[in-house]
Amino acid sequence: MNKRSEKTTRGINKIEEVVIVWLLRIITLISILTTIGIVYVLLKESLAFFVETPENRETPVSVMEFLTGINWTPLFNCATCDPPMPSFGVLPLVVGTLLVAFIAGIIALALGLCTAIFLSEYAPEKLRKILKPVLEILAGIPTVVYGYFALTLITPFLRTVYNYFELETVFGFFGVFNALSAGLVMGLMIMPMVSTLSEDAMMSVPKSLRDAAYSMGATRFEVSTKVVVPAALSGIVASFILALSRAIGETMIVTLAAGATPNLTFNPIESIQAMTGYIVNIALGEAPHGSIEYQTLFAVGLLLFLITLLMNILGRWVISRYRQVYD
Amino acid sequence: MIGVIGLAILLIDVFLDGYSWVNLDFLTNYASRFPGQSGILAPLMGTLWVVGLTAIMVIPVGLGTAIYLEEFAADNIFNRLLNLNISNLAGVPSVIYGLLGLAIFVQLMLDGQRAIIAGSLTMTLLVLPIVIIASQEAIRAVPSGYRDAAFAMGATRWQVVKTVVIPQAMPSVMSGIILALSRAVGESAPILVISALIFLTYIPTSPLDRFTVLPLQIFSWASQPQHEFRSIASAGIIVLLIVLLSMNSIAIYIRSKTQSRSEQ
Repeated sequence: MNKRSEKTTRGINKIEEVVIVWLLRIITLISILTTIGIVYVLLKESLAFFVETPENRETPVSVMEFLTGINWTPLFNCATCDPPMPSFGVLPLVVGTLLVAFIAGIIALALGLCTAIFLSEYAPEKLRKILKPVLEILAGIPTVVYGYFALTLITPFLRTVYNYFELETVFGFFGVFNALSAGLVMGLMIMPMVSTLSEDAMMSVPKSLRDAAYSMGATRFEVSTKVVVPAALSGIVASFILALSRAIGETMIVTLAAGATPNLTFNPIESIQAMTGYIVNIALGEAPHGSIEYQTLFAVGLLLFLITLLMNILGRWVISRYRQVYD
Repeated sequence: MIGVIGLAILLIDVFLDGYSWVNLDFLTNYASRFPGQSGILAPLMGTLWVVGLTAIMVIPVGLGTAIYLEEFAADNIFNRLLNLNISNLAGVPSVIYGLLGLAIFVQLMLDGQRAIIAGSLTMTLLVLPIVIIASQEAIRAVPSGYRDAAFAMGATRWQVVKTVVIPQAMPSVMSGIILALSRAVGESAPILVISALIFLTYIPTSPLDRFTVLPLQIFSWASQPQHEFRSIASAGIIVLLIVLLSMNSIAIYIRSKTQSRSEQ
């Protein structure tokens, strides 16, 4: 190769390098644009919601009324309001969401923690190798399938048991749509998340801690519950927060099984409506662009976005703290 | 353990309920008012369209972002924020992506047209963080000795990436992409927001056609009160789970193969 052609190859390489780096930079911008897009869209339509006066109302909805109102009747006049007018208090949706997420959280924490302790402290290596992919597959089942389970299997089962013991006279009617079965199934859905993250936290507890406890005559159960779990507590808490945030943002289970009636209730056997359920129910009917229901989609969406974002940041903050302890 | 057993019972129940409905007619018929004649041709094709277009868009973008962040980006505040931003995006509820797609792609870009391309663009953004994070991990796992060897031979950074890093990381990247796409197959909330619930009796032929997908059809059948429709819903679930399970097993197989190779 003579000197001149060597120089041009180098030149071409240099140009290629510069072009590629700029191309990659532009591609990387897409993920930033996504965030900007989400925030922009949610803010823009929510702003329109808070500024424009909806039909049958004299005043626009104030942020205060939206966040603290106890009636959610965006499409018709609320009967208990004085004077009767469409009411936009988001609390029933928020309480509905939290009720389902709370039930799911209890289930996921109980099952997930037991699974994690079993996998990290008791299970032989072979069983671990089988169970971990199974948990991964569990996590990969589409949420619409879980919703189907809740609606067609869990609810009828619970209702049969409920009616068998004649609890209706005590606690009232057990709804076809209810927060309880949605919460139970959602707990099953987020369980793998709790168990995987908790197990990671438990595995990173140094062996010396366990050995110290064993040398003092502790049983395996004592070591698990009194040494490993407390040592991995922040990781377990983080996994719980992240799983809850997932439960709050989950859509199909609550839409199918929890109902579409925005009641402000803490009773798990009544029909409720979650924030995500509301969004889907309105979107199903192709809400016309610019209408008040179109705008409420984004106002509820913005609230949902902020709640889950805060929980995710909190969860990751807890994880990053516990990492510093042992590294 | 209880969870796994409980789920196994649920799955068996679905299987018993639905398997007698799964046959060739079910795969080649359109949805119908009569349960006996209902099929999943339109949603199956819709799913293929959406996931196919998503794959075409998400692979270059996801891999490109991962390569930039791992191989080219300097360790400064801006790039750390980029990483933070990506993990935050991974935690945004899928229905929010649906709202994004509805406002930007459907209303702004397509003037109210609820088309396939809007669905797959939204799906691309939804699974992009997953693809980026998986690819980043794959690239990070390539031993730095390989890179140093290539640099020592006078290769430019891009040449190192092109000839050493990408081929080495490819199997793990592929398994990450397959898992991300299987998420796209099963995801229904954003598509519900974008496409709304419709009754289709034709196969979409262009990215600008209206569409429905498999999970959406299952949702619409499951929310019918008649028992027959619930049985067809479980038949639909069986088909969906078969597709997803085969995608997941391929991904896990690729991963276990590369793991055993790197242990040698």
